[in-house]
Amino acid sequence: MSHKMPEKSGLNKGDQMNKQIKFYGGVKLDEGKMTSNEPIISAPLEPLYTVPLQQHIGAPAKAVVQKGDKVLRGQLLGEAGSFVSAPVHSPTSGTVRELSSCLGPAGAQLPAVVIESDGEDTAAEPLPIFANWQEASPDELKARVAEAGIVGMGGAAFPTAVKLSPPPNVTIDTVILNGVECEPCLTADHRLMLEHTETIITGARIIARILGVKQIIIAIEMNKPDALEMMTKKAEGTGVEVVGLRVLYPQGAEKQLIYTVTGRKVPSGKLPAHVGCLVTNVSSAAAIADAVCLGKPLYERITTVTGTPVAKPGNILCRVGTPYSSALALCGGVKEDPLKIISGGPMMGMSVYSLDIPIIKGTSGILLLAADEVSQYTPNACLRCGRCNDACPMEMIPGILSSTIEFHHFSLAERWHVMDCIECGCCSYVCPAGRPLVQHMRRAKAVANATRRAAEAASKK
Amino acid sequence: MSEQTTIRMPDTSKLVVSSSPHYHDMGSIPKIMFTVLAALAPAVFASIYFFGWRALLVLSVCMVSCAAIEALLCRLMRRRISIGDGSALVTGLLLGMTLPVTSPLWMCIVGSFIAIGLGKMVYGGLGGNPFNPASVGRVALLLACPSAMTTWVTVSGCALNKWVVDATTGATPLELVAQNQPGPGFWSLFLGNIGGSIGETCTLALIVGGVFLIALKIIRWQIPVFFIGTVFLITGIAYMVSPCPKFNPMTHVLSGGLMLGAFFMATDMVTSPLNRKGAVVFAIGCGIITTIIRLWGSYPEGISYAILIMNALTPLIDRYTAGRPFGVARKASQKNA
Repeated sequence: MSHKMPEKSGLNKGDQMNKQIKFYGGVKLDEGKMTSNEPIISAPLEPLYTVPLQQHIGAPAKAVVQKGDKVLRGQLLGEAGSFVSAPVHSPTSGTVRELSSCLGPAGAQLPAVVIESDGEDTAAEPLPIFANWQEASPDELKARVAEAGIVGMGGAAFPTAVKLSPPPNVTIDTVILNGVECEPCLTADHRLMLEHTETIITGARIIARILGVKQIIIAIEMNKPDALEMMTKKAEGTGVEVVGLRVLYPQGAEKQLIYTVTGRKVPSGKLPAHVGCLVTNVSSAAAIADAVCLGKPLYERITTVTGTPVAKPGNILCRVGTPYSSALALCGGVKEDPLKIISGGPMMGMSVYSLDIPIIKGTSGILLLAADEVSQYTPNACLRCGRCNDACPMEMIPGILSSTIEFHHFSLAERWHVMDCIECGCCSYVCPAGRPLVQHMRRAKAVANATRRAAEAASKK
Repeated sequence: MSEQTTIRMPDTSKLVVSSSPHYHDMGSIPKIMFTVLAALAPAVFASIYFFGWRALLVLSVCMVSCAAIEALLCRLMRRRISIGDGSALVTGLLLGMTLPVTSPLWMCIVGSFIAIGLGKMVYGGLGGNPFNPASVGRVALLLACPSAMTTWVTVSGCALNKWVVDATTGATPLELVAQNQPGPGFWSLFLGNIGGSIGETCTLALIVGGVFLIALKIIRWQIPVFFIGTVFLITGIAYMVSPCPKFNPMTHVLSGGLMLGAFFMATDMVTSPLNRKGAVVFAIGCGIITTIIRLWGSYPEGISYAILIMNALTPLIDRYTAGRPFGVARKASQKNA
């Protein structure tokens, strides 16, 4: 099925911003990008790295090392656990102290490999470098993406190689690189776009070669004019198009991004591939380029450590397994005690209760909120004011849904498309009754998934 | 890294952990309610100006009774006392605005009890009520004490030196046009130098308050615009067909509780539809029913009944004007409606 692209005259440079497709809903937020001008700092070696084997959506990686094994930087620690999974590699050279578990950002314990570093940081043999990736076969390139453990680094951490394998009867004609970074306070992608522009563009072209796609677009929000300019300059002549999008949260959400850039709406319950699009984060694209051109697997990423309590907020290149406390210490620790520590951004991040959590492939930021920045309120009954509906980018009515969920009408909530909720947080942000709307949605989704799994298990018996 | 200064790490023992999002725009129910009270302030001043200080007494008794009754009922129902959200005060003020200045105080208290008890608390408090509580209270009083509710005074200019303007058998503008008598002129109607209930007479003050609420996005502009517009349109058409005082669109738009009802009572978020489309349908319905009652019904005023009837239809309007979620095909959504 071929899709016609609409006239894209309104997408560049903002002078025709009024022609750019505006997705329904969304909220305007204080951007809080205090680290936009902080260059990337490489974190020094840690004495201990606790590397989770579950850093991605899907089955955890299966450990291939044992206690006492000597490992090198980039060496395989765990192989992919199933089709929807990804391998995990060592962030440095050293000894495997133990295979145990650690606290993850979502509060659950994750299986982990604890590496005691030897201080040498010796690299393992890189994966075989492609002499000229432009002549390599798409399958070879995709195998490299899988081998290198690349996952979605925008936060969702979906195994990229699986994303690059669309269902058989579906054709992709557009690759969109997500440089929007619509979450307030996070600037990791921004700095990457400024400092590693060409790597990102190479990654985009590799993805296009894997999928056999001509149309490559890098989308950047207009609040990053320097990144837009740099990316446009470096993309000249490469066949990659750069577009500037209006600043509205959540412009970077996959479905909303596809809608603004191409005019296509991903149908409910379907993948972006079903409308011919593939979206990937700019960090993931850069990681793909490194995997193909340098033979480097994914074991480090840029994390923005930010917030008013932080002494010297910055963008740190951290290896996986680095504890949050080390990243924070690199940024000078705190000036005052925070009331909340968030893994990720303020709208979709997870609040954590400890700094002993390791940075993983999807940790885009560590955000500290001071006591006067934390909103605390008591929920009331839904007022049916409709502000949530006005704000919801998926055009749902979170308020009514939350009331049905509160009264346990989960099947009704499912009929009313609660599974389409992208958990962006716009509804809770605007709710004057202070209802924890996203929490209700998550609960309903969990119940729906559990019910479905139970039904599948029962039907298999 | 060997630094001379020691780095301070946070104390993690008192961290707050909660679901995302971690930002909030800090809108709240008290903020909304107190903004509505502020928007009604010009109309309150106008009422004291034209009717005398007893107007303030009536309004105060209504507001205090509503708050006290809600607190008492919360305690009896073993719920958290909710008067802090300000909605009882708004109900009290709106109820008081629909009463004549000569209302006996016991009637104010009974009306407040019905408004809060039967109009709100019996449904579980704010958010659960299908009907506008102030309208419920007013209609109950209209049915129970018809003569007290229609005892008007003759207004003429400033009454700030009076406790209450002298009661005479003056008719309100709507009563006049119902009998096909010409009503007062434009400026009297617009500024409120006319008879009527406490809060409904000064059109200017009500419009100022209403526009204030629209600008702050507290109410949807579609409701007052389409409500008033529909009344104007229907009476206008009737007037063109048969030009007589009974159908005069200007009198209809500027008198009675239309401004108060359209800006402050039909726009109550709990009892009006959720989205813009629904709001338009709701407002047009209010306008049609109001005009029918006024022109062809037995009552000179139909706002409260119109609002209550449309409140009853709000869930149905919501259901049929609910948009399809992003990416949901037309056929699928009809099946699941």
